[in-house]
Amino acid sequence: MARNVSRRTLLRGTMGGAAISVGLPFLDCFLNGNGNALASTGSALPPVFGTWLQKLGLNPGMWEPEIVGPNYENNVQLKIWDQFRDRINIFTGLRYFLDGRPLKTHTSGVQIAYTGGIPNGTDGGPSLDSKIADVIGKRSRFRSIEVSIDGSRESASQRSGTSPNPPEKSPVALYQRIFGPQFQDPNAAVFTPDPIVMARQSVLSAVGEHRKSVMPSLGAADRERLDEYFTSIRQIEQQLTIELEKPEPLVACEVPSVPEEATPGTVLSDVETNSNLFAGLLGYAIACGQTQVFNIATGSLNLRQTGSAYTWHMATHEESVDEQLGYQKDVFVFNTWANKTFLNFLRTLDGIREGDGTVLDRALVLWQTDHGDARVHSLTEVPVFTVGSGGGRLKTGIHVAAPGDPVTRVGLTVQRALGVPIRTWGERSNETTRTITEIMA
Amino acid sequence: MMETLQSKSTMESSLLHKTRHSLVKAISLFIGLGLGGSLIAFGNGGKLVASAAEIEAISFALGPTVTRRLTPEQYQRVIRDVFGPTIGIRGRLDPTLRVDGLLEVGAGRISVPPSSMEQYDLIARGIADQVMDEQHRDVLVQCKPISSTAFDEKCAEEFIGTVGRFLFRRPLSQDELSLHVDMARIATATAKNYSTGLSLSLAALLVSPQFLFRHEVLEANPDTSGKYTLDAYSKASRLSFFLWDSAPDGQLLAAAEKGELRTQSGLLRQVNRMVASPRLRDGVRAFFTDMLHLDAVETLTKDTTIYPKFSSAVAKDAREQMLKTIVDVLVTREGDYRDIFTTKKTFLTKKLAAIYQVPITVHVPTGSPDTWRPYEFSANDPRAGILTHLGFLTVHSHPGRSSPTLRGKALREILLCQKVPAPPGDVDFTLVQETDNALLKTARDRLTAHSTEPMCSGCHKIMDPLGLALEKFDGGGTYRTSENGTPIDASGVLDGVAFNDGADLGKAISVNPASISCLVDRLTSYALGRSPVQGEMSWVNELYKTFATGGYAVPALMQEIALSSEFYHASISLGPNYD
Repeated sequence: MARNVSRRTLLRGTMGGAAISVGLPFLDCFLNGNGNALASTGSALPPVFGTWLQKLGLNPGMWEPEIVGPNYENNVQLKIWDQFRDRINIFTGLRYFLDGRPLKTHTSGVQIAYTGGIPNGTDGGPSLDSKIADVIGKRSRFRSIEVSIDGSRESASQRSGTSPNPPEKSPVALYQRIFGPQFQDPNAAVFTPDPIVMARQSVLSAVGEHRKSVMPSLGAADRERLDEYFTSIRQIEQQLTIELEKPEPLVACEVPSVPEEATPGTVLSDVETNSNLFAGLLGYAIACGQTQVFNIATGSLNLRQTGSAYTWHMATHEESVDEQLGYQKDVFVFNTWANKTFLNFLRTLDGIREGDGTVLDRALVLWQTDHGDARVHSLTEVPVFTVGSGGGRLKTGIHVAAPGDPVTRVGLTVQRALGVPIRTWGERSNETTRTITEIMA
Repeated sequence: MMETLQSKSTMESSLLHKTRHSLVKAISLFIGLGLGGSLIAFGNGGKLVASAAEIEAISFALGPTVTRRLTPEQYQRVIRDVFGPTIGIRGRLDPTLRVDGLLEVGAGRISVPPSSMEQYDLIARGIADQVMDEQHRDVLVQCKPISSTAFDEKCAEEFIGTVGRFLFRRPLSQDELSLHVDMARIATATAKNYSTGLSLSLAALLVSPQFLFRHEVLEANPDTSGKYTLDAYSKASRLSFFLWDSAPDGQLLAAAEKGELRTQSGLLRQVNRMVASPRLRDGVRAFFTDMLHLDAVETLTKDTTIYPKFSSAVAKDAREQMLKTIVDVLVTREGDYRDIFTTKKTFLTKKLAAIYQVPITVHVPTGSPDTWRPYEFSANDPRAGILTHLGFLTVHSHPGRSSPTLRGKALREILLCQKVPAPPGDVDFTLVQETDNALLKTARDRLTAHSTEPMCSGCHKIMDPLGLALEKFDGGGTYRTSENGTPIDASGVLDGVAFNDGADLGKAISVNPASISCLVDRLTSYALGRSPVQGEMSWVNELYKTFATGGYAVPALMQEIALSSEFYHASISLGPNYD
């Protein structure tokens, strides 16, 4: 009965975009004394990493705090995040470097933010989330989950330039992937390995046998692509291995109800609804041990109010800066909407309690964007934020001013914090060896 | 109630009958050929041994082969061809990348990321389950198993060998066959069910690299020493995907197996057969869907308060209208490519007719799903040619407004193969776009009033004048003569050819040499899966000439490409930066 109530709560919470508080019975027999570790192994709940791509930036001058260091005070545009201020780091002064290469507007910056460089065609490297997933995500059923909340066809996440991770656009499809028939409830009383899954695993492992005959005949480029293919086959095999093991009990795990289908399109209210639905699904996917890495993209530039021909992107370029206010008013409205949508996402993760903490407590979410000032496609003064400590792996609540430094410093720091064994990150002028020591735990 | 059920089951059995018929036909084609002929394992068919210097010399004159991943459309078509139209695809097929203007070129660059693999696996099991279900098993699986639980090796071998030949587009090697039979055996034992075991082995064929990727095998060219050419099965696949956008059928595989594709007369026989087949339409549609970016329709949305007649169903109709018109000109009427920009003839649904503001009568006979009707725009109607069709006008516009810049960019890049440079960074666009100025009523006013910024005007001069020719069609594709009460001036000049409106622009595009060379360039890249290399340019130049002397007939050009030795010659695939 309690479970049914909480399912409804989840649905209501996700639909209304309000904070979710799930009234779950707290079965602390499964957790250690603090409720933040698995009882059977004593190990802490693993960290979670997520990226949030919000194209078109923020209004310059409206988001940067004045105080540098801890205890900063949010500027006008970020006041809405005050609830989480202690868990948010703000980075100012950062920039993307083109090194003389042509600017692909709304794209080059994202490529640098995610991969550290600007690819020539399809020769780009892995995005930082996939490097992190290879470290922290190996034990979960899905190495990572990509989501597009506005129907755009691309996520910024990629294994390589030839292996972009396509996003899920439909909450129903994502629900089926995670909580469909293959889902193993970690709290189920009885665990029976499915013989069909066992059979599938042996078959897929045999598909891997084709490697020997396929690879030698290929040129270098095709060999790399087929290598990625075989890596993906192995990941599906690993997924099946996990489905065949009795999962660790996770008290916070609750199977949500099937969500409503997404309304496709670019109207703000629809996109917000989708975002809230995806937030609930991802939150419970994490609580149920299904994934530890996610990537969320608002990749479309065409978001708009119902009945308005005026898109966010048009507004950034066509609206004059209000002489009295000193900023673009319509753009400010779009940005405020975006910040509220992100806030709802954080609230959803924070509303799922795990012992004495929440899903957000063990998460580290990296918020990035394409331009500093979208109005002029600038690559300087680019806003970057991190939310959450990744289970104590980063210090939070700090404003770091790093004028003129490459954005990649944040990417390097996040990767190091989550255990990726790298010393440098980025290419050419975007290359850096300097982590942001102010936030290193 | 009884009657309805009965008619439904009659329909199903007739569908099944069709499936059975085509399968029996296909199977009968290679009965007697067996599996023991010229078996070619993945990749070792040509037994290539070449020195680095040799490879370098060849790669200069010839481009590499490209291992293309099946596009979603190809995947769907192959499944339909092999298993019949009643087998559904349940899952998400991810698109390839667009590289050098084409998804088909991107198909040679993309790999399979984990989440796409997950979907391939899901879809493959869905297909295999359907093939093994009660409705299909008796038709699609020829042999009857000895029992439902015991493994029947002979039956499994027969089934996997038969299906595998179509899916791998060549006979399975002995190793591959044993591997997949072993999979079926192990899966049968684990699941304690033969049908499940066979189903999982079929699913494995459908996720294997030999199915998902079109790998091409080279062999020494029998005519010219030191050069390489595709082996017979790779030739068959190239041909088939190029002309039909699907895998080779039984006849083509048989021709490959008998060595007929190694002779020019054998090749000619197959190419003629394929060009004459109704399936050529699939190939023509696939190419133009790719070249004209008609995949963009999938994600096209319009503001329905501004364009109330627009919907995703209209968007799909708009794409279909363009394709039907193109196929009608090029294939049905065997016409001139240039006419697609000027033709008054098209096909409409009621939904489209409402937006075009023309009357059509759609009388649908009971049971007929075809709601399309041929239509000819009158002489004084502003529409002529595909540039005035919704499929072009709406895709290259904003959700609630037309865009001369986007339309002009599309005309330059898609139809003339000209590259418009990316805008520079740190540019204030309010200089060129000022929608809140009450004095600037039309897009032309807004764009020209501010063409003073030299950094912007250089590129906007390339795009905007062409796009302005289509300004009498709004962002939803509806005809208008004025904007904000001011008459729209849609006149301009393209390379010395003046135009007054959108229909005129079609004429100007149709006589522009760039639109002809663009078609040939795109079609050769589409055929090869990459841009031609320097050594292949003399061939492409020849194709320009034959295209012109042949009256700009696209099927004839496809035939010419399919019969060229250049289409099959290649060097060894070299690496990512060969171009």
